Amino acid sequence: MTFRKYLVLAGVTLFAAIGDTFLARGMKQVGNVSLHNLPDLVFTILDPWVALGILFLLLFFAAYMTALSWADLTYVLPATSLGYVLLALIAKFYLHEQVSPMRWLGIGLISAGVGFVTQGPALTRHPSHHDQKMEPEAVGTRAKS
Amino acid sequence: MKHAYTWGAILVVVLASTTGDVLLSRAMKKVGDVGQLWRRSGLVTVAWHILRRPSFMVGIFMMAVAFFSLLFALSWADVSLVAPASASLTFIANAVAAKIFLHERVDHRRWIAALLVAAGVVLLAG
Repeated sequence: MTFRKYLVLAGVTLFAAIGDTFLARGMKQVGNVSLHNLPDLVFTILDPWVALGILFLLLFFAAYMTALSWADLTYVLPATSLGYVLLALIAKFYLHEQVSPMRWLGIGLISAGVGFVTQGPALTRHPSHHDQKMEPEAVGTRAKS
Repeated sequence: MKHAYTWGAILVVVLASTTGDVLLSRAMKKVGDVGQLWRRSGLVTVAWHILRRPSFMVGIFMMAVAFFSLLFALSWADVSLVAPASASLTFIANAVAAKIFLHERVDHRRWIAALLVAAGVVLLAG
């Protein structure tokens, strides 16, 4: 894992959180969409906040595809879920949603999961790509399984 | 109805985006390191290598299904519930799917991460 690759992972995290936030803001303006008016969902992309959200999610997608080209799916997904912590902060301070203590605890557990997975190797098949610091442990887990 | 709509939509998000993630990951593994390919033969070649893969196109379609289902859910519930719940349930489904379909080595570390995230989701829903 090079610095450039960590930057890509940071991009995945940030763009997803920002994109989701704009989407949420837009959808609150659009209001509840009922199952009987499902085609209305298509027109929600005309809302400027939803459109801006989609723009950031496109940036997220480019970074995500780049990461998937050199790392496992089961590495990239948890490694980038620190975005939920960011999302909760944004939801509280920018969207003024209620974030209860239980939700904070849930977000904490998700973050712990992120910590676990990023300690391990990023890619299954190519040993040369493994994080060198954790290499001995990675070999140990492989022997056990 | 609010809960049924929200969690029904979240279920669709999880199934569609897991399928999408697996297909996209498979496509990108075949393309190889995008950064290296870009430096060697330019952006157009990168785009061509990615876009000509059928698994990439089907993956995109599944992501679109997941996206509109997410919009639907967001119109019914808070983003701090919907986004983490759907994405982290997707993460668990992905750990299983990646092991079965992509033959990734999902070791103890990755399973523990999956369990922590699962517990986190339960608390988020409470």
